[in-house]
Amino acid sequence: MAQVASELKQPAVSKKKPAKVLVDRHGRRVRSLAIPRTLIWPAIVVAIILTQIPFLATVYFSTQKWNLLRPLDRGFVGFDNYIAVFSSGELGDALTATATITGTSVILSLLLGLGLALLLNRQFLGRSVARTLLITPFLVMPAAAALAWKWNLLDSNFGLFKWLSQELGLPVIEWNTDIPLVTVIMVLTWQFMPFMMLILLAGLQSQDREILEAAQMDGASAFRIFTQMTLPHLRQYIEIGVLLGAILLLASFDPIAILTGGSGGTKTLPVLLYEKAFIALEVGQAAAFGVVTVAITIVFASLLLRTVFRIFSAQGVR
Amino acid sequence: MAKLSIPVVKRRKKVHVKDVALTALTWVIVFLVIFPVLFMVSTAFKTETAAASFPPQWIAPITFENFENVFDRGFNLFILNSLIASIGSTILVMMLAVPAAYALTIRPIIKWRDALFFLISTRFMPFAAVIIPLYLLISSLKLLDNVWILMILYVGVNLPIAVWMMRAFLEEVPREIIEASQLDGAGVFKEMTRVVMPIVGPGMAAAALIVFIFAWNEYFLAFNLTANSARTLPPFLGSFVDARGQFLAALSAAGTLAVTPVVIAGWVAQKRLVQGLSLGALK
Repeated sequence: MAQVASELKQPAVSKKKPAKVLVDRHGRRVRSLAIPRTLIWPAIVVAIILTQIPFLATVYFSTQKWNLLRPLDRGFVGFDNYIAVFSSGELGDALTATATITGTSVILSLLLGLGLALLLNRQFLGRSVARTLLITPFLVMPAAAALAWKWNLLDSNFGLFKWLSQELGLPVIEWNTDIPLVTVIMVLTWQFMPFMMLILLAGLQSQDREILEAAQMDGASAFRIFTQMTLPHLRQYIEIGVLLGAILLLASFDPIAILTGGSGGTKTLPVLLYEKAFIALEVGQAAAFGVVTVAITIVFASLLLRTVFRIFSAQGVR
Repeated sequence: MAKLSIPVVKRRKKVHVKDVALTALTWVIVFLVIFPVLFMVSTAFKTETAAASFPPQWIAPITFENFENVFDRGFNLFILNSLIASIGSTILVMMLAVPAAYALTIRPIIKWRDALFFLISTRFMPFAAVIIPLYLLISSLKLLDNVWILMILYVGVNLPIAVWMMRAFLEEVPREIIEASQLDGAGVFKEMTRVVMPIVGPGMAAAALIVFIFAWNEYFLAFNLTANSARTLPPFLGSFVDARGQFLAALSAAGTLAVTPVVIAGWVAQKRLVQGLSLGALK
């Protein structure tokens, strides 16, 4: 808005105005561009040291034969570790688990989040209190939440769900071993539902009320207004929610490690990498798994990022 | 859409009934959603025997012995570690992210998009993928179980999102104000501290809070790189699970203590939280 205002005042110089100011004052131009340029370097350098150097070390280790149990038996083995990675079948399983858990949790939390957002997008007694309470699952430490679910609620000896199942005449099940995938997805969905709700509620509240009222006066049904006006309006909010939710859920380790330990189709990439490194103690193979994981995430991430950037630029953000 | 107030008299009563029903439904759902947390908190105040009894005891005498138990097991040290790693990394992240975001927005540099892409892509790399060399390096430097190492790694984890959030908040600063300060001859530093900071203050607080929450809740690195002296709260919670005895009430008490600071902070800052969590895509 501010830019529009300045353009209206001085249409002739409009967009190039900041650059012109800097060009006019030659002495300052050099300084005012040079200093900001250096301002970004500390962040970039720290990011390189903390993420890229460990990655290069991982690449190096991935060419080594090295088991921590036999520290003397080391040496260069070329691509042997990669061959082991691709021939074991564990990678494919882990990719399937990761895609299933992330995808299902994102979709379910989005749908439930939309329901919550619609319920909260009304005037009612204690609305702001309800909203505040509803974001709690997202704020709770994932490790604490997973432990509370596993032992307080889902435990088959004294968990609340056992009592509930008995009261309702349902069979009592061992959640984390009988249906591990459902258990993990349920807890992750519960954690991310508030996140989706917050984003979608912001979308609903940015709708133009007068247009909605006009549509209603014209006799459009609530269903039509929702499908033809609200949903298209929510589209970019849904996209943002899906993308950011996927980023956060992909790296999810603690809920899965605590709830199922990666058993029964819940061994996602992070859990597999952890097992390779700290349980098998196979440095070389774990590193090869790591490199492959990073390669896959880079491909996936650049696709996601392209979409994010499209959304951000569509909103006029540079 | 029940939220619309409809000025037609004959429909008022119908809408009213529907409104009450929807409100009741909303509150039932709110209760169900927060129930797991409520149940954990209530278990924290039961005795171990009451907590493990089946069927569940809905009304049990209140006790504080679980909290005493938690403190006896070294809670003070672990919360101190959590505070050092979270607050320390948040301060460092903000010190790096604010200037970087400033360079990317208010005084745009060439190739800003590449820089942003690079920074955010580092957030995609799962730390699990590089845990092996990280572990071996830290181990060879004899720095395992060191809370300062954890703090530094959290800087790497959270720096990208902090830059993105700050960039979004800085975008909101009107250009005219910056230009005016430049014409007044303000240098970069003065422009940042006197002109820009006061405007983006609330956004900065929100970004810092989100970074703090992510660091406070981080489990993977803490679990793998610390043992006893540098252990933080998330892996500490897991140590309550004990196959031999009753642990439910003590675990719930530890969980309650661990989540309370962040939940309350999040409740207080919820409006800015949305904006920050969407990396500024939502205003």
